[in-house]
Amino acid sequence: MTNDLSVRNIVRKFGDFTAVDDVSFDVPQGSFFSILGPSGCGKTTLLRMIAGFDEPTAGTLTIRDQDMRGVPPNKRPVNLVFQHLALFPMMNVVENIGFGLKRRGMSSAEISKRCVAILERVDLPGYGKKRIDQLSGGQKQRVAIARCLVMEPSVLLLDEPLGALDLKLREQMKVELKKLQANVGTTFIYITHDQSEALVMSDRIAVMNEGRFEQVGSPRELYNDPRTPFVARFVGDNNSWSGEVEESAEYTTICTSEGLHFRARSHRSYKSGTRVDLFLRPEALRIEPKDLTGLNTFKVSVKAILFDGANSRLLTVMPGGHELLVNLPQNRQFDHIEPGASITLGWHPDSGLCFKV
Amino acid sequence: MMGNGFRITFWLFLSPVLLWLFLLIVIPHIDLLLLSFRGESDMGDPIWTLQNYKNFFIEPIYWYTFLRTALYAMITTFCTFILALPVSFYIVKLARPRTRGFLTVLLLLPFWVSELVRVYGWMILLRESGVFNYFMLKMGIIDQPIEMLYNDITMIMGLVYTSMLFMVVPLISVMESLDDSLIEAAHDLEASRFDILRTIIIPHCKPGITSGSIVVFMLALGNYLTPNLMGGKNSLWFTEQIYNQFIASFNWNQGAAFGFLLLVLSSVIIWVGLKVTRQNLGEVAS
Amino acid sequence: MIRSLPNSKPYTWSFNLFIIAYFTFLFAPLAVTCILAFNDSNFPSMPWNGFSLDWFTSPGPERVGIFHDDQNLRSIWTSFQTAFYVAILSTVVGTCSAFLFEQEEFPFKKSLYFLMLAPLVIPGVILGISLLLAANTAGTFFEESFGIDVGIFRPSFWLVVLGQFSFITTFVTLVVSARLKKFDNSLEEAAMILGATRLEAIWFVTLRYLRPAVIGAAAVAFLMSFENFNTTLFLVGSEPTLPINLYLQVRDGSTPVINSISLLLISGTSILALFNLYFSKKED
Repeated sequence: MTNDLSVRNIVRKFGDFTAVDDVSFDVPQGSFFSILGPSGCGKTTLLRMIAGFDEPTAGTLTIRDQDMRGVPPNKRPVNLVFQHLALFPMMNVVENIGFGLKRRGMSSAEISKRCVAILERVDLPGYGKKRIDQLSGGQKQRVAIARCLVMEPSVLLLDEPLGALDLKLREQMKVELKKLQANVGTTFIYITHDQSEALVMSDRIAVMNEGRFEQVGSPRELYNDPRTPFVARFVGDNNSWSGEVEESAEYTTICTSEGLHFRARSHRSYKSGTRVDLFLRPEALRIEPKDLTGLNTFKVSVKAILFDGANSRLLTVMPGGHELLVNLPQNRQFDHIEPGASITLGWHPDSGLCFKV
Repeated sequence: MMGNGFRITFWLFLSPVLLWLFLLIVIPHIDLLLLSFRGESDMGDPIWTLQNYKNFFIEPIYWYTFLRTALYAMITTFCTFILALPVSFYIVKLARPRTRGFLTVLLLLPFWVSELVRVYGWMILLRESGVFNYFMLKMGIIDQPIEMLYNDITMIMGLVYTSMLFMVVPLISVMESLDDSLIEAAHDLEASRFDILRTIIIPHCKPGITSGSIVVFMLALGNYLTPNLMGGKNSLWFTEQIYNQFIASFNWNQGAAFGFLLLVLSSVIIWVGLKVTRQNLGEVAS
Repeated sequence: MIRSLPNSKPYTWSFNLFIIAYFTFLFAPLAVTCILAFNDSNFPSMPWNGFSLDWFTSPGPERVGIFHDDQNLRSIWTSFQTAFYVAILSTVVGTCSAFLFEQEEFPFKKSLYFLMLAPLVIPGVILGISLLLAANTAGTFFEESFGIDVGIFRPSFWLVVLGQFSFITTFVTLVVSARLKKFDNSLEEAAMILGATRLEAIWFVTLRYLRPAVIGAAAVAFLMSFENFNTTLFLVGSEPTLPINLYLQVRDGSTPVINSISLLLISGTSILALFNLYFSKKED
């Protein structure tokens, strides 16, 4: 498979501050690639460099095997969907979509043909004559994407375009964007700080922090096998303990600061006495397990029930005051649990992961 | 209503406003209109007459001056716009944020100074014995001093200079509301600079352009000082005709008719301007 | 095109050059006027004969500096008085008008609002002559009906004040309205729930909030009045304001004393303008 975008050792400095620090990655043709990170991690700077609005201090950037150094945004085979969409309010929908084609000097008959086709594709047939302010948030979204797709870019860049939408619409647009991308087959590079957006839509995700990529992988890899503590904390919810390594063999045994002994996985073996953090997903904790063999077990008391349908959880507290989130399956089995109850939790050593502090 | 307190404050606000608007605006302008239809019969008795308006159309110098004033005021407005657009664009979108505030203050300062001082400055610069001529003679560019005052081009430049502010300020404020990402998006979609100017910037700035143009046009049309001092004896500005009727000929009825014609002219052109750009005065004022 | 887009060198440079040229155009006449105020010459022109303060301090008889020029000093004083009264009157009425149009509902509000905006689009010369005519009509009427001669109806100090007030009030209204629009009305309601009358609420809460805008508007009104020419031209009586007085001198040939007055005006207005700017900055 060929790569639409290749980035090698790219660096961007603003004075003393390094916004993007030696980042390299490849985006295969036709894939949905997300860059996920907290605000200020440098992801927008990276995106603006790909789009051509900013030049890297060092490193190379190639799109379809062409070096992009010194190529202005309007000459690059990429288009950008802006954070606030940047639809032209003085024009209607077709004028917005046809804007770029007209600049290329295409005949108006051809332009309107393509506009009709792309509107069809983004599920807005017949919306051509509407003014921008007559559209709903989701419709604007689709017009902004259509305006770029009609230019047939090699790569479409999206800068947190769902940020302005309300929660319900955002959930809906996630699915729609994923379908749209699969449908048109264009390479999407998507910037977001919302891990759920990234997990749902992407083929591959790069987790970015303080100008560097922490890990690049499929959503499943990131979730099940985070390579750094930052990824473990940032992608999905996690419970954590800090403690010291007692023994490192097939499993690493640690003694937590509360004095509990757990066995868990780690990516490498540590000397005994090494300080580590242990991460454990809420769904890995089993409530009152019947078969205790091979499990780490301990007692907690229930502080509150956080009911949220299928995502319901228990907020529990260990004797030392350490709080833990526990998934509460809604199969009526645990309906008897009330706040204040004392319960036993167990988890399999394969689900916990240790990192050196 | 919620008790008497509200009514009292309402009248407290309303009465001075009514006094102001009716005593100083409405009644004087009605009086202006009435007096423009007054004249004297052959016997010297006051009568109602259309003679003042007839004079305007019969005497070519009057309506020629009238049309000339309107045309030059429009040219002034257009020149002001052409000059103000890049200036405000530079200040809002190109200047570094820190220099931006400084430039804005610098831009406004000259306009706080009396128009007379500004015109006087230009006179010192441009007249036959002026500073420009002095330096050009010194440098040997010319052998004879040139009179650069008292011609139409200088007069229009003076009017542009005088009314610049009223175009720059609305343009700056309207450009500040133009999101940079719109320009970036247009650029990303392969628009040239000229395309961006034509399809994004100017349509966005339309309200500012309209209000700026109206004020500049009105100020140029009603200006007396600049045409009189920089255009000299041949300036033929309509306000001078009005002044002459009032002060020199002491024919107030004729002057009232001219004044009313000027008022109609400015109202009509402003009204047409608003209609063409589909705006109303309330929006423009804010 | 803009900061965030890559710009070619020639583009950036030609734009910078244009801006420098523009600011030169803007300041050249003022700078030359100020410099020539110190020229040791009987004419406001080159060549430079050396530095001199004659046009400020010389007592005459050959050169009369501004500090000894009674006629010009008197016109400055007249302008000050005029501007003072206009600023007070138009600030009071303009603030009332802002409250009226922002906070009250009444029939014909829209028409009255347009009438309020009218002075913006009436040329100043027309305002001047119509007021002159109306004053004259009223004066004649009073004299013929009651046999009394009312001085205010003849071109005079107070007629100038009224003429300037008639359009400057519109500017004050717009400035104060802009600030009043941002006022959260629930503050006034809260004051009234706590027992204040409407007037007390306005006085203690709303006007306090509006203070920067009102002070700014008063400063603008003062300046506009001080430099007004078009309207004043027709209403002025035996006491000319400074712009009128300067105009007569410039028209009939001038001495560098005008430069020295200009210098004083430029520094005075700049200080007032910066003062005003400081206040409006504080407002934000």
